[in-house]
Amino acid sequence: MNAVQAATARRPATDPLAVRVLLTGAALLFVALFIVLPLATVFAEALAKGAGAFWEAVKDPDTLFSVRLTLLVTISVVAANMVFGLAAAWSITRFRFPGRRLLSSLIELPLSISPIVAGLVFILLLGDAGICGRFLSAHGIKVIFALPGIILATLFVTLPYVARELIPLMEAGGSQEEEAALTLGARGWQIFRRVTLPNISWGLLYGVVLASARALGEFGAVSVVSGHVRGETTTVPLQVEILYNEYHFAAAFAVASLLSLLALVTVGVKKWLQHHAAGARPGHGCTRGTAT
Amino acid sequence: MKRAGVLPGFGLTLGFTLLYLMLIVVTPLATLFTGTASFSIGSLQAALLSPRVLAAFRLSFGASLVAALVTAVFGFLLAWVLVRYRFPGRSMVDALVDLPFALPTAVGGIALTALWSDNGWLGHLAGSAGIKVAFTPLGVVVALVFIGFPFVVRMVQPVLQDLDPAIEEAAASLGADRLQTFRRVILPQAAPAIVSGAVLAFARALGEYGTVVFISGNMPLRTETVPFLILARLEQYDYAGATAVAVLMLLLATALLLAVNALQGRGAVSAGNARR
Repeated sequence: MNAVQAATARRPATDPLAVRVLLTGAALLFVALFIVLPLATVFAEALAKGAGAFWEAVKDPDTLFSVRLTLLVTISVVAANMVFGLAAAWSITRFRFPGRRLLSSLIELPLSISPIVAGLVFILLLGDAGICGRFLSAHGIKVIFALPGIILATLFVTLPYVARELIPLMEAGGSQEEEAALTLGARGWQIFRRVTLPNISWGLLYGVVLASARALGEFGAVSVVSGHVRGETTTVPLQVEILYNEYHFAAAFAVASLLSLLALVTVGVKKWLQHHAAGARPGHGCTRGTAT
Repeated sequence: MKRAGVLPGFGLTLGFTLLYLMLIVVTPLATLFTGTASFSIGSLQAALLSPRVLAAFRLSFGASLVAALVTAVFGFLLAWVLVRYRFPGRSMVDALVDLPFALPTAVGGIALTALWSDNGWLGHLAGSAGIKVAFTPLGVVVALVFIGFPFVVRMVQPVLQDLDPAIEEAAASLGADRLQTFRRVILPQAAPAIVSGAVLAFARALGEYGTVVFISGNMPLRTETVPFLILARLEQYDYAGATAVAVLMLLLATALLLAVNALQGRGAVSAGNARR
């Protein structure tokens, strides 16, 4: 991948110093206004009432419950969407069949749908007045305003992330190595585990990180289907909202600061993964899928 | 590429993919349209033509458009500085650009609200200049710029990286000054990526909820966006009204994106060339 390295190599800036300073200053001011100051606000507000209040807010039973719920939702959703992403990438990149492109765009569809609409469709389908809702409530199964609804809505919004990392990666890699393994007598599962997986592991991890970040922080879709039953259906972002709307600002920002730390870690891990996967993937991952 | 198809697992993986998509995406989305199909014209009019709905659509489309334009300018500036210049902390700034993607939207929302409200650091400053940001349409734009600008940066960066320096040198050797080179040589090659990034930012902005809901104040007719209106109707158990608004938003957004794609059809080809 020398081309990639050459393209990203140092290139001499040809602009006059004054222009460079002016433009860099403007760009950094923008970053300060839109990234650094909002982040600093979170931490300043979180500690506004002292470290004691901060710990009180974090140790609050409702908050601890929301952390457990969010972890449960994130782990189950990301695991399911990882399996889906692998299956989708295998079928789309290793075989030719009519409707392949349609299938790819269908997978990306949730990215262009408002999270509120994502929540709405599950209420329409599974809510008490919904098409399947009557059947469910007749059998005493609660989906909307309960855990299954939260999981379904989160599945919907995070469905594309793993698949859209893997599809271009596996397309670019081609299937020669797998076919070679096949001629040498390997079985399907062996081929996948020994040949495919090692080639795509960085991309897979990258997709999982993106999906986890989105699943952890999903607010709109979960907000619609959760019903905000405290101690039952409040995920961490919803807990932040509840605290904020009840004017417990320091507590809201204390919980928010934990999510912000997690976001900073995510950003760091992303950067590290991009560096590792750079050989296989030119450019940056987060918008590339929709670009091509 | 060589025709693939000898590998095993076709039926299993495709079957699973289709079933999963059907359950999680297609069936839920289809209910949106089976629901609206049963509407009468009269009830649709009542659901969609009230001043409150029209105001929400004006705000959502207007603020998203303004935000997309701002992100186009500053996203390009940021990408340019990150690709072309070297300064201390550059790689940290590069990583931080992804923060709006990684930060839960509710956290971004309350942070921006605290920052721009009257006693916030920037809200105080703006207030002394007579500008109110939080709980006004301007606040909505600020939130949408926050969530949108990384799209432009990440679309433009690879294109700027792949620009052939030889072309710029050629322009310079033929007597073009820097500004001419920028306008005639660099900008035309980066333009398709800028537009694609701004379109993504716009699409995201239209449906954005978490970042906006706190800073907007959600006053009907003034600062209520379409996603909030849908939620407000849901909370009043007005499912039909919520669905009608959601379908209208989806249709308008899709029409707009298709139009931009059609306009950009030829531009996209040159963007593809610029990438290689």
